[in-house]
Amino acid sequence: MSDSAATNKTTYREAIREGLREALCSDSRVFLMGEDVGHYGGCFAVSRGLLEEFGAERVRDTPLAESAFVGAGIGAALGGMRPIVEIMTVNFSLLALDQIMNTAATLLHMSGGQFNVPIVIRMATGGGKQLAAQHSHSLEGWYAHIPGLTILTPATMEDARHMLGAALREPDPVLIFENQTLYPLEGDSPEPASNFDITRAAVRRPGRDATLVTYGAGLHKSLAAAETLAAEGVDVEVLDLRVLRPLDDATIIESIGKTHRALVVDDGWRSGGISAEIAARIMEQAFFELDAPVARLCGAEVPMPYSKHLELAALPQPETIAETVRKLVNKHG
Amino acid sequence: MSGNFPTCDRDRALRLLEQMIRIRRFEEKCVELYGAQKIRGFMHLYIGEEAVATGVMEQLCPEDAVSATYREHGQALARGVDPGKLMAEMYGKQQGCARGRGGSMHIFDASTRFYGGNGIVAGGLPVAVGLALADRMQNRRNVTACFFGEGAVAEGEFHESMNLAALWRLPVLFVCENNLYAMGTALRISESATDIARKAEAYDVASAAVDGMDVLAVAEAARRAVDVVREGRPYLLECRTYRFRAHSMFDAELYRPKEEVAQWKKRDPITLFVAQMQDAGVLRDEDVRELERRVEREVAEAVSFAEAGNWEPVEDLTRFVYSEKSRL
Ligand SMILES: Cc1ncc(C[n+]2csc(CCOP(=O)(O)OP(=O)(O)O)c2C)c(N)n1
Repeated sequence: MSDSAATNKTTYREAIREGLREALCSDSRVFLMGEDVGHYGGCFAVSRGLLEEFGAERVRDTPLAESAFVGAGIGAALGGMRPIVEIMTVNFSLLALDQIMNTAATLLHMSGGQFNVPIVIRMATGGGKQLAAQHSHSLEGWYAHIPGLTILTPATMEDARHMLGAALREPDPVLIFENQTLYPLEGDSPEPASNFDITRAAVRRPGRDATLVTYGAGLHKSLAAAETLAAEGVDVEVLDLRVLRPLDDATIIESIGKTHRALVVDDGWRSGGISAEIAARIMEQAFFELDAPVARLCGAEVPMPYSKHLELAALPQPETIAETVRKLVNKHG
Repeated sequence: MSGNFPTCDRDRALRLLEQMIRIRRFEEKCVELYGAQKIRGFMHLYIGEEAVATGVMEQLCPEDAVSATYREHGQALARGVDPGKLMAEMYGKQQGCARGRGGSMHIFDASTRFYGGNGIVAGGLPVAVGLALADRMQNRRNVTACFFGEGAVAEGEFHESMNLAALWRLPVLFVCENNLYAMGTALRISESATDIARKAEAYDVASAAVDGMDVLAVAEAARRAVDVVREGRPYLLECRTYRFRAHSMFDAELYRPKEEVAQWKKRDPITLFVAQMQDAGVLRDEDVRELERRVEREVAEAVSFAEAGNWEPVEDLTRFVYSEKSRL
């Protein structure tokens, strides 16, 4: 941030709210709907105050009917609106998976290019708050399996603030995954942005010895690990994917070309996960750049346990990330 | 039976008859082409149910929107989707209304606001609710007509959609085509309460049930329903009908007695309407002959159009997964 920039503090939650407010102000076609987005103020308090500001037509409480209101968002998008549909958490999005996958993601193709679906669907994701196995999973990598969708994972104030506006300019469905542990995160207020990019990964910390490829909550844990490692003389690069679909291969491969070692850090499950996809792409595109096999640190393959110590053990942590990097940099290919 | 005729002039009756015959002959041609392996995949025929789409569609304006199921050739034709493009779609040709990417179950046509074919039972209902929401939020007085089978009534999306449409006062015409069977599952073994129109009461939605084999009765019931919908309220119209053919092309029809099918065929919507017109003295023998000739020509042209079409180049395979950016 430049010296002249206002250094007002904000939170990830407020940054998202500002993004919503700006979207509602700048385009009369935009409206927000979902469970408890209005009178309750959003189950994570993201949309608090928006009902009062924009009214019940545009900040629309829905019944508990994920499939119907996601489908209605799709229909409204087809009818010329720019709906933002909020699903409380990714777990509940499974009740709307039919509409997301069988309608939103397929309609353009099935109609031979006639009907595009400009819908944005936001939802909270991720564990770390002891909510156990039905409110804690990270399924964004799973959604990244589906052609026709764009998958965004804002992890910084800038992305929280500006990804939504950019998503609304897309002609096709965009899913935004907000990691629920990030809502209280504090940081500097982002600057205004125009033509905000939602196609590229970003190097959040440059380094020479290894690349941590991550996103969402993993970014902050990886940055913490990088600090620890720096004190030990290990200089890691931290790459924030930002977009899980389509993946920005170029930025990943460029980083591997520099560090020659990679660790993928993902809160999601390992088997068949996005970490496997990234490892495969590195192998396909940069095999001869590698000084060691690509390593992965993922969520343990269990439904998320409630108990704090077990939940901590089920997710990558700064300590386990640092430990995995130590092993990685001591390996020689 | 001829009691309806005072409200139906000869020209209109001929149009309705022609529409039903067009659907019937088109479907019969599809069977032939399926046998010849020109059409592949799942295909579901509308034979026996022609009066429903014909009677309902007559009440809609070009600005209105339509969504339907995988059994949607009849709705597409009645809505005015070009028969050639429809046939080419089933052939899988680039000239098809969805460039051959949809096939029989996924007919889409932007020019007639035909929002599909849908291979997911009840999947079209929430989308129809959303189309109506967009109309309401933009102060357009359009109707969205949403066709589905009685099997969809068992799905959660039916109930979610009825509630939402009523709650938000959305102009959706829900048209349930009750042909008594969801594949091989009879309504009586799948629903605790089999009176579908009455289910609307639970959502404070107006509703009616109508004889779906009588095109004038369907048209009249749909006209009343559309009047309500255009005022901004949803409506559930249950059309009691029957499919004369198998569920799809793969169905041994073990679940219903032949006598039952024969019984329903006595109430064939086309023969029924021909008889009504004859009773009322508004149909001459040469009318039917002329109309059949015209339809036959149309169907033949549709087939030629499909035959003459080309396969989309394989290099285009991954187009239309995302919009080509210049679109917006
Ligand atoms: C969600 C879903 N479940 C199951 C199926 C398989 N299926 C296809 S058609 C059908 C029967 C539907 O019957 P109904 O809604 O009465 O319509 P009809 O075929 O009689 O026109 C079933 C079970 C499906 N396509 N979608």
